[in-house]
Amino acid sequence: MSKVLELKNIEKTFYAGTVNENYVIKNLSLDLEDGDYVTVIGGNGAGKSTMLNIISGALLPDSGSVTIDGEDVTKLKEYQRAKYLGRVFQDPRLGTATNMSIAENMAIANRRGKNRGLKWGLPKSEEAEYKELLSILDLGLENRLDAKMGLLSGGQRQAVTLLMATIQRPKILLLDEHTAALDPKTAAKVLEITDKIVTQNKLTTVMITHNMRDAIKHGNRLVMLDAGRVILDIRGEEKQNLTVDQLLKKFEHLGGESTLSDRMLLG
Amino acid sequence: MINIILGAVSLGLLWAIMTTGVFLTYRVLDYADLSVEGSIVMGAAIVAKLITSGVNPVIATVIAFAGGLVAGTVTGLLNTKLKIPSLLAGILTMIALYSVNIRIMGKANITLLKSETVFTMIEAIGLDGNIGVIVLAVVVNAAIAFALYWFFGTELGCAVRATGDNEKMARAQGINTDTMKILALALSNGLVALSGALIAQDQSYADVSMGQGAIVIGLASVIIGEVLFYRGNFMNRLVSVVLGAVVYRIIIALVIEMGMRPTDLKLFTAITVAICLALPTFKPQLKTAVAKIMPHKREVK
Repeated sequence: MSKVLELKNIEKTFYAGTVNENYVIKNLSLDLEDGDYVTVIGGNGAGKSTMLNIISGALLPDSGSVTIDGEDVTKLKEYQRAKYLGRVFQDPRLGTATNMSIAENMAIANRRGKNRGLKWGLPKSEEAEYKELLSILDLGLENRLDAKMGLLSGGQRQAVTLLMATIQRPKILLLDEHTAALDPKTAAKVLEITDKIVTQNKLTTVMITHNMRDAIKHGNRLVMLDAGRVILDIRGEEKQNLTVDQLLKKFEHLGGESTLSDRMLLG
Repeated sequence: MINIILGAVSLGLLWAIMTTGVFLTYRVLDYADLSVEGSIVMGAAIVAKLITSGVNPVIATVIAFAGGLVAGTVTGLLNTKLKIPSLLAGILTMIALYSVNIRIMGKANITLLKSETVFTMIEAIGLDGNIGVIVLAVVVNAAIAFALYWFFGTELGCAVRATGDNEKMARAQGINTDTMKILALALSNGLVALSGALIAQDQSYADVSMGQGAIVIGLASVIIGEVLFYRGNFMNRLVSVVLGAVVYRIIIALVIEMGMRPTDLKLFTAITVAICLALPTFKPQLKTAVAKIMPHKREVK
């Protein structure tokens, strides 16, 4: 199996040299194989989001390297690596342009990693494709192509963002607690859509979640971060048979530095 | 009276070009760009200097537009590459342009009274006075509106809009947001300089202080246009901006006619803009007030 993502000896400290110094990522290494669907859990401040931001280029590591599909992208800017990455954020407002229509948003996503020139930005010929994709969501959005994104609910926006992240097949799909801001019912629906899209397209995926049950239920591999390091990496059959109790015991056994938040236990 | 209105309309249409520029940054890019105050003078300064040096007025006007592109690019570079906050980047360009504009003209003002301008050229084909200005200005505004409507429909234009709407999303979709900002700022200041170049030719002089308050006039016009005329798509929006600039000039002409001192105009404009910008804050109260007065009207636009 080829490695789609390699994080090597990543270090990241915020506010280095000040009283607020925060050593977030400590010598973190992680490899993803083609088709891996990894759920990432960890307490508050464990470095989950920082890790994702280092993969996406929103943050640069102090040292270490990020390699995507064999190409060293450590120095590439966020917009330059976007061609490899599909991203969905925690805040539903971040993934889409509020004042642009659903179709316009999808057309922008459809050009991820391509040169944007003076061709028409939303050709009529593409609308059928967008309609078809939107119908997968089963939210009735396929008949609202011209509706402004801002009119949609948080769940609808996350679902559309998922489509946008995958309309051009990404090498890696990055999901940063993308259901955390949604009500439980909507969150479940969005997770269901996520699973559908990921399995159908066999996407290599990193999903951060604070919900242990979701982390166990989804994906083929589970990684637990604590104090900026990987302290647990379970895959295959062992992952399938995992329970929340076992996971908690493992965490205590490993002597995690950060306490598990209530939010995380609630799962 | 008809002459006052015609004068206001012609002036409004010339300032509308600047207003369109302000609209690009303020509404499309969500960026309050103060370099406008300098680039409008820059357009006037370039055109005045070139025309008095014997250059064809049309070519001089085009070069003035190009000068504005450069000014906007400078603001964009300050903001994106040097990470200077947007307001401050605009102020820096504005201040720097004051000196640059005097350098261009060689002095603080230039008169064009005896020179050929684009408007004397129009007169030569039989359209004189305000009518000539209005015809030319309508043609220029229409050309700009169509060009912008087309541009913002293209892939590149959509990328600029996405940048103004949601930078994080734009970057995640592979859009170089720095470049898009510079592009929009350049385009905006180009239009502002073009406006300045035409205003200078209309009033037959360029003065280093003629840009004072331009940004506020631009904002007032954008807001008036949106409140009164904006109902739908992007083309409608561009037209509403132009009409807003015209209405602003008519209002100003009328209040001066009613006896307001011209020197009080800037105070008047500032208060108007402040009220307009504060409107969203008071919208709920306004709604209840209107509902009390007119129970059948449910919504305040």
